[in-house]
Amino acid sequence: MGAVSVALLAGGIQSCKPKSADTAISGDAAAKTYVAPGKYDEFYNFVSGGFSGQLSVYGIPSGRLLRVIPVFSQDPEKGWGFSEETKPMLNTSHGSVPWDDLHHVQLSKTNGENDGRWVFVNGNNTPRLARIDLKTFRTAEILELPNSGGNHSSPFITENTEYVVAGTRFSVPLDDADGDVPINTYKKNFKGTLSFVRVDQKDGNMDIAFQIETPGVNFDLSRAGKGPSHGWFFFSCYNTEQANTLLEVNASKNDKDFIMAVNWKKAEEYLKAGKGKKVKVKYAHNKYSEVSHTSSSEFKNEVIVLNSKELKDLCYFIPCPKSPHGIDIDPTGEYMVSSGKLAALIPVFSFSKMIKAIESKSFEGDYSGIPVIKYEAALYGEVQKPGLGPLHTEFDGRGNAVTTMFVSSEIVKWNIKDLKVIDRQPVYYSPGHLMIPGGDSKKPDGKYLIAYNKITKDRYLPTGPELAQSAQLFDISGDKMKLILDFPTIGEPHYAQAIRADKIKDQSIKIFKLEENKHPYASKGEAQTKVMRDKNKVHVYMTAIRSHLTPDNIEGIRIGDEVYFHLTNLEQDWDVPHGFAVKGANNGELLVMPGETQTLKWVPDRVGIFPIYCTDFCSALHQEMSGYVRVSPAGSKVALIGNTGTNMPAE
Amino acid sequence: MKKSLLLLLPVLMLYGCSQNTEKTGETASTEEMPKTSDYDPERGEGKFDKVEIAEKLDTKMAAGGKEVFDLKCSSCHKLTDEKLVGPGWKGVSTRHKPEWIMNFITSPDAMIDKDPKVQAQLELCLVRMPNQNLSDDDARNILEFMRQNDGVQ
Repeated sequence: MGAVSVALLAGGIQSCKPKSADTAISGDAAAKTYVAPGKYDEFYNFVSGGFSGQLSVYGIPSGRLLRVIPVFSQDPEKGWGFSEETKPMLNTSHGSVPWDDLHHVQLSKTNGENDGRWVFVNGNNTPRLARIDLKTFRTAEILELPNSGGNHSSPFITENTEYVVAGTRFSVPLDDADGDVPINTYKKNFKGTLSFVRVDQKDGNMDIAFQIETPGVNFDLSRAGKGPSHGWFFFSCYNTEQANTLLEVNASKNDKDFIMAVNWKKAEEYLKAGKGKKVKVKYAHNKYSEVSHTSSSEFKNEVIVLNSKELKDLCYFIPCPKSPHGIDIDPTGEYMVSSGKLAALIPVFSFSKMIKAIESKSFEGDYSGIPVIKYEAALYGEVQKPGLGPLHTEFDGRGNAVTTMFVSSEIVKWNIKDLKVIDRQPVYYSPGHLMIPGGDSKKPDGKYLIAYNKITKDRYLPTGPELAQSAQLFDISGDKMKLILDFPTIGEPHYAQAIRADKIKDQSIKIFKLEENKHPYASKGEAQTKVMRDKNKVHVYMTAIRSHLTPDNIEGIRIGDEVYFHLTNLEQDWDVPHGFAVKGANNGELLVMPGETQTLKWVPDRVGIFPIYCTDFCSALHQEMSGYVRVSPAGSKVALIGNTGTNMPAE
Repeated sequence: MKKSLLLLLPVLMLYGCSQNTEKTGETASTEEMPKTSDYDPERGEGKFDKVEIAEKLDTKMAAGGKEVFDLKCSSCHKLTDEKLVGPGWKGVSTRHKPEWIMNFITSPDAMIDKDPKVQAQLELCLVRMPNQNLSDDDARNILEFMRQNDGVQ
C-alpha cells in the first residue's frame, strides 16, 4: 500500500514542473480560461455565424458554446422557419428566403456604452437587418432593405441606438429605375444607398427613416461617431474605380479610395425640410410577438431618399489608402482609424481636423459632385509598418488600439497618441475581425481580446476537407497580449461583440406565462383541446405536459387534408420544453417553450397509422409521451375524434 | 481507515498544484450533508407559515382556484381519488395542513427533495411534480378549491 502512495505522490510532484516548450507561451492559460463546472462565464460573446445565417453565443473566457440563435436561416432543430408561427419571419420581396450571410453584430448602446437590450445583425446577401431581443435570446424582427444590392456596412449604430445603418456593398440600379441595362454601364446607371433605420427606444422596432443616394461605389464597413463626433457616420468605400468586372484587379488601381463622412444630423434637417424624394419600392417588415407567439409580415412600398450630390454639407469624402476595409472610431470619438487592405500603413484621421478642413474648404476637388477633403487636412498621423493587410481595429480603453493583419497573420497593438507599435502576436491563421468587450464603445472593458480567424488548417483534429473556423482568446490586461485559448466557431465568424454577463443574465426570461398567451389556437388547459375540421383543414388543439400529449389518439384524418397541430406547452417551469414530430412530415419539428403555442403543418401522403411523439427528453416517462394519428382514404366516413386516456382497447 | 487516509494524501497534493489547498482540503475531508433535522413535515418548506382558513368556504376564491386547476393542474390530477399522472385530489385538504399544501404547490422542488410523504408519492408516480409558477393568490385559491372538492360548504 505504501508503495502505491509513493508512486502517486511522485506523479503529483511532476505535474508541478514547468510545461514543455510548445505550451510555455502562456503557462497560466488554463487557469485563466477555466470556468469550473456549474460556474458562470464573465462575458456573453455574440458571434456572427457568417454563411450559417445564425448568431452564436459563447461564454468567455471558457469559450463554451451556450446557444445558436436562428436568425436568417431555417433551423429544423428549433422549428425556426418551419413552424407556421415563424415562417413569415423569412419573408422578403423575393418571397421566402431561408438563408442569409450574417456578418456583423452590434449590441444596443446608451450614451455610447453597451446596454444589453438588443443585438442587431445584418444579412449580407438579400439585404436585411435583424434585431434579437436579449430577454428571450430570440429574433424579434427582420427588416428588408430596398434599393440595395448587398448589405455589408451594417448594422452599425449611433451612440444611443437612434439609428442602425445599412450601406450597399454592391451598387445596383435603384429599384424604381429600369434595371434591364448593360452591366458595363455601371458608372452611369449603378447607385449606392445608405439606409438610416430608426429604432423605437421602447420596443426596439425598426423603421427606415431615410436613405441617402450616393455615387456607385462599394461600401464596406461603417461606424458612428461618438462624443464630439456624435451626429456623424463614417463609411469605408472601395471600388471608387467603379469597375464591374475582375474587381480583384480593376478595383485595386487607385492609390487611395475614400472614407465617406455623413452628417446625419444635417440629413435629419433636410428630411424635416421636405428635401427627400419619395421613391416607390417594395420591402418586407417582419415582426415576432411573444404575446401572440406568432409573426407577421408587412409589405411596405415607399422610402424617402436624400441625394448626396444635390444636398450640400451632407456627405464628404476623405481619401484613404488603399481599398479600405475597417473604419473604427476610438473611445474619445476624436480618432478615426482606417485600414487599407492593400496599404502598408494605417492612417488615423482626426475628427476636429476634418471639421476644420470642411470649414476652411480644404478640398482637393470632388468625386461625382461630393467634396473630397485634402488627405493631410484630415490626417492625424500614420502608423508606419504595422504589418501586412490591416483589416479591423478595436480599442482597449487604455489609449491603445489593436489591429488585425490578415496577410501577416498577427494582431498588432499600437498607441493612438504616438502611433508607435507596442506589441505584435501571431494568430493562427489570417484574422478577419477581432473584438474586445465594449471595444467599439466609449468604455472598453480591456481584459480580453478575441481574434476570429479565416483559416484553421492544423489547429484542431482533422475533420475532412471542411474545418470549423477558429477563434483565439488573448489576455490583454498586461503590456504583452497573451494567447490563452483556441475554440471552434459555427459557420464563419465575422464581427462579434461581448458584454459583461451581469448586464443581461438577470433579465433573461425563464418561461412564457400561460395566462398571457394570446395565440389564437392556444389550448389553455386540457379541457380546451379539440380537433376541428374546416373543409380540408384540420386543426388539432393540443397540449403537452410531462408526460402526455392531449389528444394522443386522433382519428378521422383523410388523404387530401392539411393537418395543423397547434401545440401548447402547459409547463410553467424553466427548461422544460416539449418537442413534437410526426412521421413522414415534409417539415421540421416543433420545440415549444413553457407557456408557448407553436404549430406544425402536416399533409399526410398515405393511408395508415402515424406515430407522434415528444422529441425533447422531458421526464422519466418521456418515452411514453407519444400517440397515434389514423389516416383514412379520401372521402372516408371515419369520425373525427381526438382524446387521451379514454380510447380503451376494443378487445 | 488507514488505507483510505494513505490514498487521500497524494490526491490532495495533485490538486495542490493548481488549486487553493484550503478549499481542496475541505472538499476532500468533509462532504456537506443535507440538514434534515430542522425540516418540519407538517408545515413543509416554503414561505407559508400559518394559513388562516375560515370554517365556511370562500366561493369566490374557490372559483379562482378552479380556473387555475383547469389551466395548470388538470392535465395530471383528477378530482376523484383516482391517480392520473399524479394522485387524485379527493381528501387532499384533510390529509395535509393548509401551509403544507401551499408550500408544496409553490415550491415543489424543495419539498420533493426533503418531504417523506412526497418522496413516497414520487416512488409511485415517477414524475416530479412540475413547478407551475403559481402566485401566492393562485396557491390560496387552489387550496380553497381543494376544500370545496372535499365537501366544505
